[in-house]
Amino acid sequence: MLLVTLAVASLLIFLITAVLPGNVGRIILGPFASEAAVESLNRELGMEQPVPVRYLSWMGGVLRGDWGQSHTLDTAVLPLALERLGRSLLLAAYALLLLVPPALLAAVIAGRRPDSMFDRTVSVIGLSLGAMPEFVTGVLLIMVFGVLLGWLPVQALPPEGAGLLESLRYLLMPALSLALLLFAYLFRMARAGMIQELGTAYTRTAVLKGLPRGAVIRRHVLRNALLPTVTVIGAQVGWLVGGLVVVETLFRYPGIGSLVHAAAVDKDIPLLAGCALLITLVYTLANLFADLLYAALNPRVRHAWGRD
Amino acid sequence: MLRGQPATLLLGLTMIGVWLVTAALAPWLAPADPAAIALDAMEQRPSMEHLLGTDNYGRDMLSRVLHGGRHVLAIAPAATLLGLLLGSVVGIAAAYAGGWMDELIMRLLDAIMAFPVVVLALLALTALGPSTLNVILVIGLVFAPLIARTARAAALVEARREYVQAARLRGESVGYILLREILPNIRGPLAVEGTIRLGYAVFTSATLGFLGLGIQPPAPDWGVMVSENRSLLIHAPWTVLAPAAAIAFVVIAFSLVADGLRERDEA
Repeated sequence: MLLVTLAVASLLIFLITAVLPGNVGRIILGPFASEAAVESLNRELGMEQPVPVRYLSWMGGVLRGDWGQSHTLDTAVLPLALERLGRSLLLAAYALLLLVPPALLAAVIAGRRPDSMFDRTVSVIGLSLGAMPEFVTGVLLIMVFGVLLGWLPVQALPPEGAGLLESLRYLLMPALSLALLLFAYLFRMARAGMIQELGTAYTRTAVLKGLPRGAVIRRHVLRNALLPTVTVIGAQVGWLVGGLVVVETLFRYPGIGSLVHAAAVDKDIPLLAGCALLITLVYTLANLFADLLYAALNPRVRHAWGRD
Repeated sequence: MLRGQPATLLLGLTMIGVWLVTAALAPWLAPADPAAIALDAMEQRPSMEHLLGTDNYGRDMLSRVLHGGRHVLAIAPAATLLGLLLGSVVGIAAAYAGGWMDELIMRLLDAIMAFPVVVLALLALTALGPSTLNVILVIGLVFAPLIARTARAAALVEARREYVQAARLRGESVGYILLREILPNIRGPLAVEGTIRLGYAVFTSATLGFLGLGIQPPAPDWGVMVSENRSLLIHAPWTVLAPAAAIAFVVIAFSLVADGLRERDEA
């Protein structure tokens, strides 16, 4: 399944970047380049070969670890993309850290008393923040914490040799813009799970046999209520990646998101295709990981697997 | 008719109404030409003359923000309509065909959805070149698989109903059954999906503008304005805050409407 998705995705990336534009050399060099220059670049890129041959040679290179050359940065695509991916993963992990615990905590509190003051306030604020594009929340954060209060640096990349804490301080605003985007969705799903599980017969049994409320929630309700959110977080990784493109561009952070954006703006086709493929790969793996984690945490699925 | 509707729905609809009216009347409401450069009035603070200040070319921000509302107004509904059109046809067809055809179509859509929306739009707009029409095409195409899922889920129930069998037995064509029998019966879920997508279309078109892949400067587009002026954020923050607030206003309006519709359906 994973391989099928990746194969289709790679074909799609190839078709969009290498076939759809028609004349790739013209796209790269722009409308004012001479016909001869365009032709020679097309020859260099192997454009005169038939489309299936070009796709297979690109994929062959990808499998061998040769992802082509970026012609604006004049370096090999794969090492550059991997280096940038590392920084993006750090930012994404930081965002998830800021997102998941508060969202789940808020959902548990809100789910215990649906339609309470707390529930309504968090819902409305979360929805409003989640509806705004990341660059709008990012700009507002910069305005408040960077300019008015002056607490946080407005750039994301810490100076050379900064310690871990210092780096995390620099990354706080970008990570927060990403976390705010996804907060409402995660909160909603976890809250719905809480409300549903609190209404079940087993919860009533636990309450009626005299267990304290806290113990009922911790020992019985949470396990079932929070399980589906694992899948939700996995599915939101796609949004997170899109958010990375915007947030990294806004905060000038050299991750894979700003790299793919730069590649698109500079019409660096090999770099663009490579970055898109790497992002798809990571995204697919993240979803697979979420599924496996779900199975590992859920005894029903775990045991069903054992029986097969 | 308004009585008994959720407050969020009414508030959202009112906000959308404000946006529609100001966008439609922008040429008459705007105090100045949104493109008029005034080098003697650069980066002025908000004042009686320029209610939202001016940008680094001395252009009146209020006029630019008002005119920016027109771009979104052109793009979001057109893109959503395209997505609805493609998505519902594909989704209904998959549900009606069933079996391996259904499986094949849904797997293909899954693969397309495996791309983050922004990355897919980046790829496509690089290949096609930035223009208002291409932004509409790309957003519509990116939304189609998502809408197809909703349409398929709704149509799966309908495709098994007697009236569909009756239509098949009296020899109606597949096209007639899909569009004239099934489609009218899944209008409800499609309308809710369309409202949610409209909000996301505003969101996405602003994001593409910000990334420099949508409408090109100096056009008064909200996303483009934020991106152009972000280096002025420290000493002329009104140039960034005004378009950012406009985007926030419209997307929050749509999210309130979508939320209100859901609340009404649950009640």
